[in-house]
Amino acid sequence: MSANPQTLFVQHFWKDSNRTLDYYLKEMNGYEAARKVLGSMAPDQVVEEVKKANIRGRGGAGFPMGMKWSFIPKNSEKPKYLVCNADESEPGTCKDRQIIRYTPHLLIEGLLIGSFAIGCKHAYVYIRGEYVREAQLLEEAIEEARAKGYLGKDIFGSGFDLEITVHRGAGAYICGEETGLLNSLEGKRGEPRVKPPFPAVSGAFSCPTAVNNVESIANVPHIIRLGGEVFAKLGRIDKSGGTRLISLSGHVNRPGVYEVAAGSMTLRQIIDDLGGGVWKGKKLKAVIPGGSSSPVLTADEIDAVYDVEPLMKIGTMMGSAAIMVIDEDTDLVKLLLRITKFYAHESCGQCTPCREGCHWMESLLHKVIHGEAKPADIDLLVDVAGNIGGKTLCALGDAAAMPVQSFVKKFRSEFDAYVKGQSRHA
Amino acid sequence: MKERLLSEKFYEAMRQKEPRYPDRKALILPSLHQAQAEFGWLPKEILAEIAEYIGVHEAQIREVASFYTMYNLKPVGKMHLKLCTNVACCLRGANELMEFAEKKLGVKCGETTPDGAFTLSEEECLGACTTAPVMMANDDYIENLDINSMNDFIEKVKHER
Repeated sequence: MSANPQTLFVQHFWKDSNRTLDYYLKEMNGYEAARKVLGSMAPDQVVEEVKKANIRGRGGAGFPMGMKWSFIPKNSEKPKYLVCNADESEPGTCKDRQIIRYTPHLLIEGLLIGSFAIGCKHAYVYIRGEYVREAQLLEEAIEEARAKGYLGKDIFGSGFDLEITVHRGAGAYICGEETGLLNSLEGKRGEPRVKPPFPAVSGAFSCPTAVNNVESIANVPHIIRLGGEVFAKLGRIDKSGGTRLISLSGHVNRPGVYEVAAGSMTLRQIIDDLGGGVWKGKKLKAVIPGGSSSPVLTADEIDAVYDVEPLMKIGTMMGSAAIMVIDEDTDLVKLLLRITKFYAHESCGQCTPCREGCHWMESLLHKVIHGEAKPADIDLLVDVAGNIGGKTLCALGDAAAMPVQSFVKKFRSEFDAYVKGQSRHA
Repeated sequence: MKERLLSEKFYEAMRQKEPRYPDRKALILPSLHQAQAEFGWLPKEILAEIAEYIGVHEAQIREVASFYTMYNLKPVGKMHLKLCTNVACCLRGANELMEFAEKKLGVKCGETTPDGAFTLSEEECLGACTTAPVMMANDDYIENLDINSMNDFIEKVKHER
């Protein structure tokens, strides 16, 4: 794969024995980056290195990670927390799971370096409740690291202490939203908070907190090992350093988690070269490029470079880098109903536009599919979506609105066919 | 003092977790998980005992437990099959699998077989989309499912009983 000469993760995936500390020490220079940081760097230098790396958050929003860390106040008298978001719940996404299964020590070492950088003595990993086995594997890896003195008191004789606690969620998409996650960590319903204050000021247990995605944190040892500038140059595009783990699913011949240098491939290349093209020799109809909330693309729109800014330019988003491929025989109206039903189910219910609007959109789509809708109902559907997006405390409202708006805009004829009783899927 | 329903193992597991949080209320989710692992579901009396252990009102425990789909507030079968029907799974045939499972088990989605052996549920995205369709069988993921492997799995569980 000439377009993809350098990877940081996938060469260690898919083999159970690679998750051991032994493998990590021998094959991946394990804990050497942390040793260097704790032994010879100041916290500010670490943050600077991460800034130089140009790494965007891998959870979905794509916020520059170094900047997020720099928001943590240095002179706070309160404890500070680093919280790793392992809730991985945007439909289509399953990359963090592989990091935890096959390279858990990258995550632990990243937490160690990150905690040192922001001054945290107790880091939490909030992992989705369904990842029961992954939580166990991570606990085992934490125990391995503790037994060697990489966690606990006076790590590497530096005087720096760190504990890591794995905290399991219990089945709620909204806990992937960082303030919903923090409420859930504190033993509350996972309802997002009003911002400001942002977590950097008042996060977990009302203390300054940085919340970062698993893949983001697992990249930190790479950044220290390679140096921020080299890491940044792995990306082939401005303002996006490193590599990206992509979850490729749906109607492709070879679904899987792939790694590409940021901005090095177009969506078409990813689907054809990595995914082996659309399955069963069928034609492509649509692509959901960044998790189910990202606006859908038609088969003609996939020559865009797959990264944050090029996708933004064509009106969609990279999100959590979860690509779902949809073939020509798929009923997009039914698929949109499935997506909308998900967001209606997962709406936490705090904000009226989201709580009411999502169910309204779901019931309008039901009407369409059951041949009970009038042409004006399609416009009403788009109107309701427009009254949710941007009008809620958190991004779930937008996440529910964007698929509806984009599916109707780009595939209006499929909706109209249902209304006229002419859908080939009815 | 009322008789305790939760085991010493529960209290020991919780005692180990206590120092890991600056606020006892953070023990609510871990204690619900631990209790459900013991009982299979969370009857009212258990929620009350957890409330007493943490030191909050029972209503607060119910408020939290009812927010999260993984906490069973009603009994479930010995084998709880949770089939994902979200986008990636649905594109790879999850709806047909659900129909098959319903027929095979003789229950509708959301129901438990009369002998209490199986509960069949629909699940939102399980985060294993590249190996879709996927289901959870109690705590384990079963990936790359098709009708044959679903059939074999159900038969295997039936014979193990």
